[in-house]
Amino acid sequence: MINSLNSIINKYDADPTRLMDILIDVQHKYDCISDEAVTFLADKLNLSEVDIEQTLSFYHFLSKETRGKYTVYLNNSAVAGMFGREAVAKAFEETSGCRFGEVSSDGLIGLFDTSCIGMNDQEPAAIINGTVFTRLTPFRVREIVNGLRKGLDPVDLQDVGLGDGNNNLDIIGAVVNNNIMKIGPVLSRDYKPGEAIRKIIQMSPEEVIREVKHSNIRGRGGAGFPTALKWEFCRNAPGSKRYIFCNADEGEPGTFKDRVILTELPLLLFEGMVVSGYAVGAEEGILYLRYEYKYLQKFLESILKMARRMRYLGKNILGKEGFHFDIRIQFGAGAYVCGEESALIESAEGKRGEPRDRPPFPVEKGYLNQPTVVNNVETLCAAVKVVLKGGEWYRKLGTHDSTGTKLLSVSGDCRFPGVYEVEWGFNVSQILEMVGAEEVQAVQVGGPSGTCVGPEDFNRTLCYTDLATGGSLIIIGKNRDLLRDIVLNFTDFFIEESCGSCTPCRVLTVMMRDKLQKILDGKGCSKDLEDLEDWGKLMRANRCGLGHTAPNPILTSLKNFRHLYEGLIPGKRGFDTGFRMEEALAEGRSLRLEQLKLQDHE
Amino acid sequence: MKNSSHIKSKPVIATTSLAGCFGCHMSLLDIDERILQLAELVEFDKSPINDIKKISRPVDFGLIEGGCCNSENVEVLRHFRDNCKYLVSVGECAMMGGLPAMRNQLSIRECLEEAYLNSPSVQGCNEEGIIPSDDELPILLNKVYPCHEIVKIDYFIPGCPPRADLLWDVLTSLILGTSPKDQYSVFKYD
Repeated sequence: MINSLNSIINKYDADPTRLMDILIDVQHKYDCISDEAVTFLADKLNLSEVDIEQTLSFYHFLSKETRGKYTVYLNNSAVAGMFGREAVAKAFEETSGCRFGEVSSDGLIGLFDTSCIGMNDQEPAAIINGTVFTRLTPFRVREIVNGLRKGLDPVDLQDVGLGDGNNNLDIIGAVVNNNIMKIGPVLSRDYKPGEAIRKIIQMSPEEVIREVKHSNIRGRGGAGFPTALKWEFCRNAPGSKRYIFCNADEGEPGTFKDRVILTELPLLLFEGMVVSGYAVGAEEGILYLRYEYKYLQKFLESILKMARRMRYLGKNILGKEGFHFDIRIQFGAGAYVCGEESALIESAEGKRGEPRDRPPFPVEKGYLNQPTVVNNVETLCAAVKVVLKGGEWYRKLGTHDSTGTKLLSVSGDCRFPGVYEVEWGFNVSQILEMVGAEEVQAVQVGGPSGTCVGPEDFNRTLCYTDLATGGSLIIIGKNRDLLRDIVLNFTDFFIEESCGSCTPCRVLTVMMRDKLQKILDGKGCSKDLEDLEDWGKLMRANRCGLGHTAPNPILTSLKNFRHLYEGLIPGKRGFDTGFRMEEALAEGRSLRLEQLKLQDHE
Repeated sequence: MKNSSHIKSKPVIATTSLAGCFGCHMSLLDIDERILQLAELVEFDKSPINDIKKISRPVDFGLIEGGCCNSENVEVLRHFRDNCKYLVSVGECAMMGGLPAMRNQLSIRECLEEAYLNSPSVQGCNEEGIIPSDDELPILLNKVYPCHEIVKIDYFIPGCPPRADLLWDVLTSLILGTSPKDQYSVFKYD
């Protein structure tokens, strides 16, 4: 083991800030990161064991115990639940002979839940040793598990045929489908690699920033910060080096547009990073890619290699003296909160993905304490188009406040789930019509952290000033139990994904879930609804966006679907703690009877 | 006559200790000579301090020490709720379950077996392996509950135990209808 650990460490120059890569490689090699490995790594990397353990324990896909020769991560997002996850999970348990959270007794198969893996348009989906399986049914599960038992590789079990577009390439070879349903300027087929780079090297970095500023493009991750301003702040901040991060963590349940861009237009994205690097004065770009998309690794690396060959990356790019820029891929290891830019940077430095206190903002002190820009995948792609076609062209698209287009990831109860590139300013009804959704009870706009709206809000428009969204639209049909199937699932998601740093996020989310469960159990009272609203306000005290938005599934459904909650409150009781003496005594009673019988016997 | 009407208008206080250690009551006694003032201000009904067993009249303020670990605790707590205008959870155990709630990770069977059969302190003393099960004994709840998970609680006084000065501050505020002073030196727990 020592030899291979050494070679992994050497691969990353024994750099402790590359701990994530090292741990991922160790996990990959041994199915776990043992105590022995932790001790060895700590020694070689000049870290303490707890430094290693705190990183290791933070991420879903890293573990101290072995997770089986074949590790099944079955997505537990709400949409997976809507499309039969329960039966699929049951089939996995029956065929592999262990329950979720366990490894089968022969050590062959481990079953684990995981948060949304970016396949919401083709659920239920699972990842088995890095291979993605979509549209699972109990029948497919039996085929897969039997195949694994026969010693087949998960890759060879993708016998439903590969997906469309580049998914079909040997180098990806995934059953994933792109489901591109509508293309616009960003996804359009007129993209010619290198064109934007050729154009910017004729301009000064300030001119590039000015052009992008004129386009009024804002961050596509959801927060909507003006992109050019971010670049300018970073360019002007003092520092010895600057970094461009592309945030491809895409953890918001229901979002999968970045997956499609990475599959179909990776060069466009990399070119966007080069443009951003030129504007900011950075020489290093890092694509922070979620572990769930590891199946794209070889493909993306081959594209980077090609880009270097084409001299889009490397030294003196396209002959421009002194313009150096290169990109590496940094994998995450399963943590929603790493989509928050400062948590993402912490993670890329090999630490727990806990958001930092701000200020200072990443543009001042980011990666390795140097000025850093973190941009969403879609933002960088759009920036390329802005550079090519001009800010004036771009701002004519969309609305006054929200210029350009947005890639929507549409999933749930509709006929045509997939990716739609639309101009900002569409209202919800128009989108529903576009995607073939009827009998709609609710639409979750912006994923769990967004807003749950009902028909009375379907005339509201998608834009930063009304219904802001990072792109996730989950459609919930009339036959669904909104509170049980959706709101409870989303709240569980936030509990699972909280980094645990701020008390309200760590504790109050659980209390709110319990309160919701109490209402669902028919033990609720009107005071519970008041409590939920009051506690939700306290969540503003959390440090990051995850913490701020964690109560949103409950708060927005309570606001827009109050009748559902009230319907579950029997009578008009003002107060009920939900305690039921008989339930609480059941265990003690049966034990008492058992003891009395024993005594009689004696 | 004048005297008795004066007495009648005094607020009535009742206290009890459920699954607690009586530390909170000891802390109440720690108000020292102020207990004479307290006796001037209020009437005590059911309380371990005077050994009255059942609440005998409408009570203004019920102070609860300890959480609920068995059926009797729940009955006493409900008795208080039915008869007190305001209920106050006093101390960590009443508010959060406290030390007794450490058993919440275990089943009742594991708890009893550890307490009566397996722990080092009972070795050699219980050779017949008896776990007490007399009908007179209250039945254990599946876990230890903080009081507000059983009935509505109006006020909470934190601490393990709450300091005497804090108890005095809150009690006098309740009695006089003023706001507590919330002095940092009395209220800090870090």
